[in-house]
This record gives sequence, structure tokens and C-alpha cells, in this order.
Amino acid sequence: MVEKRPALTFLAYAILTLGVVIVALPVYVTFVASTQTFDQIVSVPMSLVPGTHLIENYKQALTSGSAQASSAPVGRMMLVSLVMALTVAFGKIIISLLSAFAIVYFRFPLRMFFFWMIFVTLMLPVEVRILPTYEVIADLGLINTYAGLIVPLIASATATFLFRQFFMTIPDELAEAARIDGASPMRFFWDVVVPLSRTNMAALFVILFIYGWNQYLWPLLVTTDQSMYTVVIGIRTMIAGGDAATLWNIVMATAMLAMLPPALVVILMQRWFVKGLVETEK
Amino acid sequence: MAQVILKNVTKAFGKTQVIYGMDLVVTDGEFVVIVGPSGCGKSTVLRMIAGLEPVTSGIIEIAGRVVNDVEPKDRNIAMVFQNYALYPHMSVRENMAYGLKIRRMPKPEIEAHVARAAKILELEGLLDRKPRELSGGQRQRVAMGRAIVRDPAAFLFDEPLSNLDAKLRVQMRLEIQKLSRELGTTSLYVTHDQVEAMTLAHRMVVMNAGRVEQIGAPLDVYLRPASAFVAAFIGVPPMNLLKGRVGEGVFSLGNGLAVKLPAAAPRPPAGAEAILGVRPEHMFPTSEAEASLTLGVETIERLGADTLAHGTFDAHSMVVRLAAEARLEPGARLALGLVPDEIHWFDPATQKRLEFPSG
Repeated sequence: MVEKRPALTFLAYAILTLGVVIVALPVYVTFVASTQTFDQIVSVPMSLVPGTHLIENYKQALTSGSAQASSAPVGRMMLVSLVMALTVAFGKIIISLLSAFAIVYFRFPLRMFFFWMIFVTLMLPVEVRILPTYEVIADLGLINTYAGLIVPLIASATATFLFRQFFMTIPDELAEAARIDGASPMRFFWDVVVPLSRTNMAALFVILFIYGWNQYLWPLLVTTDQSMYTVVIGIRTMIAGGDAATLWNIVMATAMLAMLPPALVVILMQRWFVKGLVETEK
Repeated sequence: MAQVILKNVTKAFGKTQVIYGMDLVVTDGEFVVIVGPSGCGKSTVLRMIAGLEPVTSGIIEIAGRVVNDVEPKDRNIAMVFQNYALYPHMSVRENMAYGLKIRRMPKPEIEAHVARAAKILELEGLLDRKPRELSGGQRQRVAMGRAIVRDPAAFLFDEPLSNLDAKLRVQMRLEIQKLSRELGTTSLYVTHDQVEAMTLAHRMVVMNAGRVEQIGAPLDVYLRPASAFVAAFIGVPPMNLLKGRVGEGVFSLGNGLAVKLPAAAPRPPAGAEAILGVRPEHMFPTSEAEASLTLGVETIERLGADTLAHGTFDAHSMVVRLAAEARLEPGARLALGLVPDEIHWFDPATQKRLEFPSG
């Protein structure tokens, strides 16, 4: 569409700019706050110019947490979050790949039944089944463990469904050619299906990593020990209630730190991510 | 010794019968083409030989061994697919070597096999390319290379040229012919294109609706089609078929319409119902007095080498092949004579060929 209407173009840019400001300003304020001292933050109005305490604040956050609210150091929380997000993302991809492979390439009794069972769970978010899940995890003694954090989240109907749809676009002849070439089903999986799914896996990794990193409710329930807090929970616990003062500068530094890994994953994997969403190599 | 033998092979998908008792012996080094319209079951036959479809009943033997329950990889066959089925993420070299790698052939030997196949197919310069960087014809050659490297007992081709454009198809047809002569490997080739069947086959199998209509050398099939179906399917344009009753010196089509039969033509006894078949090239323009029938010409196709005149004989559409320089306009009435020895007769009930001694 070639249209030359300056007024319209101006309006479009104005709306876009407004959108960017609305989204970006809170992030900027967070950043500014994380560079100021506690006294600077609580003064009204808060300065919108970055302060001088960037390194001190981040160092304090990473190593000792906000002392007043007696939280664990953010460094430890970041590690827990990272382990959880990575394991959830990789685990989901591996499990979904295998189950989609089974559903698409094997004929077994009740195949469609199992497919629909997986499909139905798509519609049930973690929150819906959270109480029974908690009961199970508690009975298994997995409270305050990585397994407890990760296992209930590790199966993904969405990813299984996506891989199934992708596998169905792979021509049947490819599987047949591999059979004649003498490849066993798992050999075909490794040598053909997995390499062809690379871009899809990359796209899913981005989505699933962020999903794992941003989990809030489940880690909140299943961790009681500060050493097993994820960074998202950590932010919440730093905000002291009642009379205790909240060290907002440290909280904001933590928030910035918590934003960092998902942003990095998106930026580093952007090329693959877009490729995986729009094209398939066939 | 790489014979492929089918003994009373049938196939049913659920309650739908797709192949009715098929018998076929492909001798060592023979190139057999299975041809038929789409849905006639020809690909199913090939897939059963490859082991991709289980056989419902009957026996398939490859190189003297019953293979009904043998996995495709252990049948010692190689297959070329219509859409090539190349592994998209592997280079040409890896595509060809994959089957050998799985069979744990030592690396230097794989290299030698791939190099030999690449040389035969003139793929040497393309070995490190990915399939998507190749043209359709090159991809098809890689698919054949993948078959050749394995040194199989038999090649199975499933409509390998159908995805190529017309010009490339002619070229690849010649290449396949040359290749099969050089390698001398038993080959089964499935196609719906009767030109491919005529040009490539040592023997061809014409199939229709799950049954074998005729097996024979291409020219035998062309000259003596075993059924009205084969007569109509093999040959471009197809044979003209007219249904009617034999009279004294004529073949009447009803409504008072009749074809005058040449005196020397073999024919069924008078009074018999029959189908008369005559190829477009076995009719010739003649005088009104000697004509067997008169065609109302509707369309003219000038092909350069010859001219096709399509028209109707009353309500029956017919086509006749004329000399290139034939002067003719649509709307003309064309008096045609029939070559006596080239008239075919078929039974209207069974559609089978009928043979009669010359007039």
C-alpha cells in the first residue's frame, strides 16, 4: 500500500511513540530508582535523573539482599530462578518432542485418546490444579527442592501440540525413505526430525524460558525456605509490610536484575525465534 | 539373481479391496513399468514390494526369498519417491551416504560408493550443496543417487518424474533409460504417464481398478491391446472405440448409422454385439464412395509432425491422425477409410479382446 498522507503518518507515529513511552517509562523509572540512595527515593518528587549509587545498590542486592526485610541475597535467587527456568524449558522441549513424535509417527491403542487428553490439559493452567498438585508434592516430600519447583511444570501440552502440528507437515515419504535406508524410529528421530525442528525448538525455548522464569504462584507455595526463593518471589518478600521500611532502591535493583535474563534470552535468540515462528526448513 | 515375484498378491484397506490377486514375475535385470490411471492401485503394489504396506494375502519374493514379513531395510531394495524425499538438512553427500552409514559401512568405502554414484549421475560438483539449493532435475538425480549407492537387488520408482516440467521430464526419461541399461539392475517403475511406460519399459503392466489388464512388451500392448481399457489408455490420442452390432459388411451403431467394414477386415460373425476399435493413425482420407465413415471435423490440432482432426461421427467423437500438410478446416466433412488389419474387436460384456481370422 503506497499512501502519502502526512497527517495520517504523523498520527500513526504519535500513537506508536505514546505506546513506547507508556511501556518504557516504568522500566526507566525502575532503573533510575535502582541507582539512587534510599533517602533520594523517598524524597518527593523523586528525581528522574539517574543517581550515583548504581554499583553499591546492585552489589548489596546481589550479595546480602535487603537487610531490613531479612531476605536471602539476590544472587542466590537468580541462581534458583535460572536453574528452574532452564530445566523447565529444556524439559518441556524434550518431553514434548518425544510425545509429539509418538503421537504422529506411531500407531498404538488409544492414540487419539491420549492426544485429546494432552489437548484438554492445554485449557487448564497451573492455577486450576494447584491444590491437588501441592498435596502430591508435599506428600512426596518435595517442598523446598528443585524437583518440587520444576516437575509439576515440566509437561507442556502447548509445546506438544505445536510439535505435533510441525511433524505433520514433514512429508511421510521422508519417514519412508529413512525406513528403506534402514533407520530405526529413534534414529529417524535423531537424524531427521530433531534437526528439522531446530528453529521450532529455539522459538519455544524463548517462550518457555520466560514462562519458567516468571512463575510466581507455584514457587510461592512450594518454597518456604529463603534459600529456595526464586527472584520473582524475592522481590515480593523484600517489600516489607507494616512498620518496617522497604529499601526501594534495592528492590528496584533486584527488579532490574530479574528482568535481565529474559531480556537477554530474547535478544540473543531473536533471529532464531522469528525464524522458528515464520518459516520451516523443509 | 534378483527376480521379483508376486504370487496372487491382494491388498485391502479395511473393507475396500484395492488390489485383486496380482501375479507378476520380473526377471533379473528387467525394467518393468506399472502404468494405470490414478487410483488404480499401482503405487500400492510398489509400496507392498518395498515393504511400506503390509500384504493382505499372497506372496512377494525378492531374489528368491519370501519377503512378506521382512522390514523394508532388509529387503535389499531402493526406492525413488515422487517428491524426492531428500533429507532437507543434509548435503547431497550426506543424503547419499545416510543408508550406508546406518549399515555401518567403513568410511572409505562409503566415500567410494558415493563418488561412484556421483560420477554416474554427474553430481560431482554438487556434493556439498543442500537439497534446497538444487533444481528439480538435480534433486531427482540425488534421489536416484541415494538408490544407486546401496547397490540394491531392485530399484523401485514411484512416479519419479511427475514433479518435473515437461522438458526436464523428457530429458530425465532418457537418463533413466541410459542408467538402467548401464546398471542392469531389476527395476519396477510406477507411472500414470503412458509415454514414460512405452519408452522405458522392457515390459509394461497396465492396471485398472486394482486388476492387471495386460502385461507385455510396450509395442505388443500397443498393437494388440488385451482390452478396451488398454486400447483407450495406451496411445495418444487414444484409440477410437465404437459400440454396435455386426451386420453384412457393415458395423451398425444404431439409429441407422453404420461403419462400412473393409472387405479384408477380420470381423465377428454377423449379428454379434461388439466394440470396434481403430487407432487415429489407422484411418485415412479417401473418396466418399470408398469411405467407411464420414467425420464432421470440429477442431484441428497441428502438431508439426502430423495433424490431429477431432470430430464427430454422428454423436460419437473420434480423432484421426493426418499428414502434417493436410488441408482441412473445422466444419469440413472428412470421408475416412480404415486399414483392414488394424481394426480391433472387443467383447462389450467383458471388454476383452476378440480375435478373428482375416475376412
